[in-house]
Amino acid sequence: MRLFAHQLRSEQLVFWRSREAAIFIFIFPVMLFLLLGAVYSGTHEGRPVTDYLVTGLLTYGAANTAFAGLAISLVIRRESGLLKRIRSTPLPPSVYLGAALASILAVFTLQSAVLVGLGRALYGAALPVQPLALVAALAAGALAFAAMGIGISGVIRSSEGASAVVNVLVLPMAFLSGAFGPTRNLPEALQAVADLLPLRHLVEVVEAVYLTGEGLGGEAASLAVLAAWGAAGLALAVRRFRWEPRER
Amino acid sequence: MSAISVRELRKSYGALEAVRGISFDVAVGEVFGLLGPNGAGKTTTVEILEGYRPRDGGDVEVLGFDPGRSEAAFRERIGVVLQSSELWPNLTVREVHRVFAGYYARPRDVDEVVELVGLAQKRDARVKTLSGGQKRRLDLGVALVGDPDLVFLDEPTTGFDPAARRNAWQLVRSLRELGKTVLLTTHYLDEAQQLADRVAVLRAGELVKMGPPSELIGDARAEIRYRRNGELVILETEDPTRELHELTGAALAAGYELDGLEVRRPTLEDVYLDLMDEAPPEPYA
Repeated sequence: MRLFAHQLRSEQLVFWRSREAAIFIFIFPVMLFLLLGAVYSGTHEGRPVTDYLVTGLLTYGAANTAFAGLAISLVIRRESGLLKRIRSTPLPPSVYLGAALASILAVFTLQSAVLVGLGRALYGAALPVQPLALVAALAAGALAFAAMGIGISGVIRSSEGASAVVNVLVLPMAFLSGAFGPTRNLPEALQAVADLLPLRHLVEVVEAVYLTGEGLGGEAASLAVLAAWGAAGLALAVRRFRWEPRER
Repeated sequence: MSAISVRELRKSYGALEAVRGISFDVAVGEVFGLLGPNGAGKTTTVEILEGYRPRDGGDVEVLGFDPGRSEAAFRERIGVVLQSSELWPNLTVREVHRVFAGYYARPRDVDEVVELVGLAQKRDARVKTLSGGQKRRLDLGVALVGDPDLVFLDEPTTGFDPAARRNAWQLVRSLRELGKTVLLTTHYLDEAQQLADRVAVLRAGELVKMGPPSELIGDARAEIRYRRNGELVILETEDPTRELHELTGAALAAGYELDGLEVRRPTLEDVYLDLMDEAPPEPYA
């Protein structure tokens, strides 16, 4: 417990001290929200579009912090030898990974609060109808994406490629899933792709608990898809995660 | 008492036998050098001792532990300096030490360690602003902050300029004064000669020679060189005093000059190069 608290504090220090991480992980989704809010207007299914931007960017934040951010930082730390170096200390590997995860969840929590608050203050967007269910849904989404992030970090070979690889996955996924605003008139083929994406299902769950009175129970199918993606990420992590730099 | 005891250690990567049954002991408080060209099995051996890699055969005991079992109690007592590792670039020297100190049950005082590795002036500087040599000293400081009994140094001065190397050597000597046991790998022969109490020379996964550097050199013959009628003459001898006396006596009596006369004690490098030449290593699969 002492070790976990120490490592969580250290992770937070490292995160906020790195301008790149703070901007890409923390500021970027908020910035996108402000941009999209300035561009989009009108209503969607009887609600202001800005309501959907809040829910959408919350889910993008989950993918961006827990998947992209975690994967990139793990690859960079592995390739720089830091992970290997830490393995020679008494810090247990499980505590290291647990603290990295907790740290990224803390950043995501803060970011979510900023998004909801800004949406309210700037656009009069709705507040969550079911706050507790929202927290549970976002936590489930972030954990699933974190599992995928740890998994994919084992597949990415170089620090230089890490950011490119994850963004090639995350940005199109976010568009197709409606995380950057409701998707209308998607061609059938793209719609079929979108329906397989984990972010699409997280968007649906978050919209349900944030905007309507529907509980998590009504979204069992989407939660199951998310869980399946999380399990696939975990399986990949178990097979491919490495502490040591790839032989160069 | 041995800090490290290795018996018949074996390790293969597929068809490549990287380590082929080597044995050695390192005493508590000793600075022990592992020498050898790239691919000789140095890093594999060290990484088995550090607990990074499982072994295929043989017995290994480090500080009374089996490093293959990777216990936290074992890692409390070792310090590791890797060939290359970059610590968080945006933290300060002190912060990096403090992060690592937090991993150990009984760490040393952070400021003391920063002072010891000569970074007191830089304690509040960010890691990314340090020079290459300063970064290596940071690596060493971080390896010492847990107050280890045994320190592994994997090629600690590769890529250093001569002045930085001499500083690093001073640091290793200070480790000895602290009573630490040090296992050093290097492919710089002068480094081993300067620092190590004993060295082991590895070639193609086998241990071909072991002993104090002076003894390894002592085995070899001295060399007398001079020019006669423009031709270089090299005499190898086990008795340089007598040989030289006879040579100079003859030259004086006959009234000629021994151009470019010199007597060379072989360096560790000569011994090492001889060892590498003796039998060509078996080809790698």
